[in-house]
Amino acid sequence: MEKLLIKNGIVVDPFTNTQVKRDVYIENGLIKDIKNETVGAKDINIINAYNLFVLPGLIDMHVHLREPGFEYKETIKTGMEAAIAGGFTSICCMPNSNPVNDCKEVNSFIINKAKSFNLCNVFTIGAISSGNKGLNLANIGDLKNSGAVAISDDGMPVEDSSLMARALLYAKTFDIPVISHSEDIKLRGKGVINEGFVSHKLGVNGIPSVAEEIAIFRDIKLAEYFKAPLHIAHVSTKGSVELIKMAKNNGMDITFETCPHYFSITEESLLSYNTNAKMNPPLRRQEDVDAIKNALREGLFDVIASDHAPHSEDEKNTTLDEAPFGIIGLETSLALTLGLYHEKYLSMIDIANLMSYNPAKILKLQNRGAIINGNAGDITIINPEKKWTYKKENIKSLSKNSPFINKSFKGAAMYVIINGKFFKL
Amino acid sequence: MDYAKKDLISINDLSKSDILYFIDTAKEFKKISLQDIKKVPTMRGKTILNIFFEPSTRTKTSFEIAQKRLSADTINLSISQSSVVKGESLSDTILNLQAMKPDAFVIRHNESGAPYFISNITNASVINAGDGINEHPTQCLLDIMTIFEYKKEIKSLKIAIIGDIVHSRVARSDIAGLSKLGAEIYLYGPQTLMPRFINSDNVKIAGSMDNAVKEADVIIMLRVQKERTAFYFIPSIEEYRNYFKLTDEILKLASKDVLILHPGPVNRDVEISGSIINSGKTAIYDQVENGIAVRMACLYILLSGRHS
Ligand SMILES: [Zn+2]
Repeated sequence: MEKLLIKNGIVVDPFTNTQVKRDVYIENGLIKDIKNETVGAKDINIINAYNLFVLPGLIDMHVHLREPGFEYKETIKTGMEAAIAGGFTSICCMPNSNPVNDCKEVNSFIINKAKSFNLCNVFTIGAISSGNKGLNLANIGDLKNSGAVAISDDGMPVEDSSLMARALLYAKTFDIPVISHSEDIKLRGKGVINEGFVSHKLGVNGIPSVAEEIAIFRDIKLAEYFKAPLHIAHVSTKGSVELIKMAKNNGMDITFETCPHYFSITEESLLSYNTNAKMNPPLRRQEDVDAIKNALREGLFDVIASDHAPHSEDEKNTTLDEAPFGIIGLETSLALTLGLYHEKYLSMIDIANLMSYNPAKILKLQNRGAIINGNAGDITIINPEKKWTYKKENIKSLSKNSPFINKSFKGAAMYVIINGKFFKL
Repeated sequence: MDYAKKDLISINDLSKSDILYFIDTAKEFKKISLQDIKKVPTMRGKTILNIFFEPSTRTKTSFEIAQKRLSADTINLSISQSSVVKGESLSDTILNLQAMKPDAFVIRHNESGAPYFISNITNASVINAGDGINEHPTQCLLDIMTIFEYKKEIKSLKIAIIGDIVHSRVARSDIAGLSKLGAEIYLYGPQTLMPRFINSDNVKIAGSMDNAVKEADVIIMLRVQKERTAFYFIPSIEEYRNYFKLTDEILKLASKDVLILHPGPVNRDVEISGSIINSGKTAIYDQVENGIAVRMACLYILLSGRHS
């Protein structure tokens, strides 16, 4: 019997909305209420969490593992290792592998392979359309039945409104959430970074912020009309925040996600044609960053996810035009978010909500996202004061495409406990 | 009992007692089909034009047999022979045929509302033999007749209608007719194929196949068309088969003496397991048989009502 006692930590539980100093006991992979006989029992692993915050295991619901198909960028295993290094107990992988995860065979392959490593939990997100091509629905019932927790054509926005509408309705039949990468792809055109002074200065094609906002508006309206739940991924602009307010005021079942880079850095990061700061949606202006931060403080966002998108050094070692969109984020996501804790934009409870409780709730992950009796023994123990520097040589992810390399951080995960098994970081 | 209208366009035009009158009349006509000589002179001298703007085998055959058993003179026009392909308007086509003094038009059209349109420009009786995704009133009547042969009453029966409801004229007519008779109707299928605006208290959308079938007294399975994959209504026929087919397993949840109907033609092992049909648990052939009786009754009621 595996027994683990986390002593003296400050336990942050979003389910009970409490932050109190107490012990947490995990037995056979599950959180158990502490009884008298537990204390002083033999064969028990003890973690001293004095002055540390004990959160329900962090869940990154927007990760690109590159297996099958692009194992030179990231494998399922290296992605899982990066997740643990970043403090995550669970990650959800987007379907744009090769082949695309649009059928039970690919879905089962990923799930089974991930299980074989006995590292973190991996949940799969299946495709909305076959091959992410936007031409016909994927076998969504089969995807759900073989373990997918959501569907998305992330990376290839669903252009056809009737396909999006039917996807929302069909997914509703199977009670599986839809995650939208909302973007008017024709309006993005050949754009590679945010359209603005920086794109003008660099002389590269810009992506107008409205390309995101038009599509988010459409998707909100579709979800509203068809009374279907929807999750909007990687929101990056001030205009989009206004749309979130509209949706939340109408009490709709729509959830919104942003990523750490959208509240941490601006398009200025691209001034040296830095391809490691190229992602989609692109880094925006300071006023967008401020709007995202304020929205987080006001509780408008439901989720912070990394949109971890590994690409090899060779692929990124080129012009802004040619380099692929995407940055890695699993190992910096928590530290960047703790930046907002230090700036007093977010409390620990907020972080537990944004990075654990809400993702679990949106994706209906059973028994996760809260520190309560019977839940999976998934815990992240955080020291918000820990100082460290993000060094390229320490990156666990197979790819190193991050704009944050050599940045000094305050705050890190010290332990990750996954189904009762603990990893000291 | 009498029925004053000249046409049968929509089940919504019939009152509850009208429906029962049609069924009672059909019961009488069913006896003719069981005789050695399956013909009566009731409609001698009447001319009926069956105009099928959309291909149909069983409905067309059923109407034709009904007419022949009533001794009516019948002319069939199908789309390939019609003037429509030559560019003639629907209204001109009908007015030309009208000049030949038919007593009734039987109309099958791929556009909703076509029989209604025709009924307004002709003095002849018009029977809707299925229009677009709108209605198929004689199918509804034959379904009701079949249910009455197995169940004493329709009031408070739990009736599940499963499949492509939103594109189904059979479903639309059945929902209207059966709810008029007091049945409790549960609809189920992919949400993409469910109606979204229902304003009747005894029509509900079931949350799952199990909920729809559970303790059902009657299950009406609808045909799903492969074309539905083209406009994203369903991903594939395989997926439909996996999650929306009536199987022996699911059927166990239904009432012990459940009656299973299907308007045909059946896609075996797509919407319903072949084994359910093979084991004789469906009333599909009763439906076909009653179809003729119902159509005889409709012709009789509409034509004799007007001229006697
Ligand atoms: Zn995306």
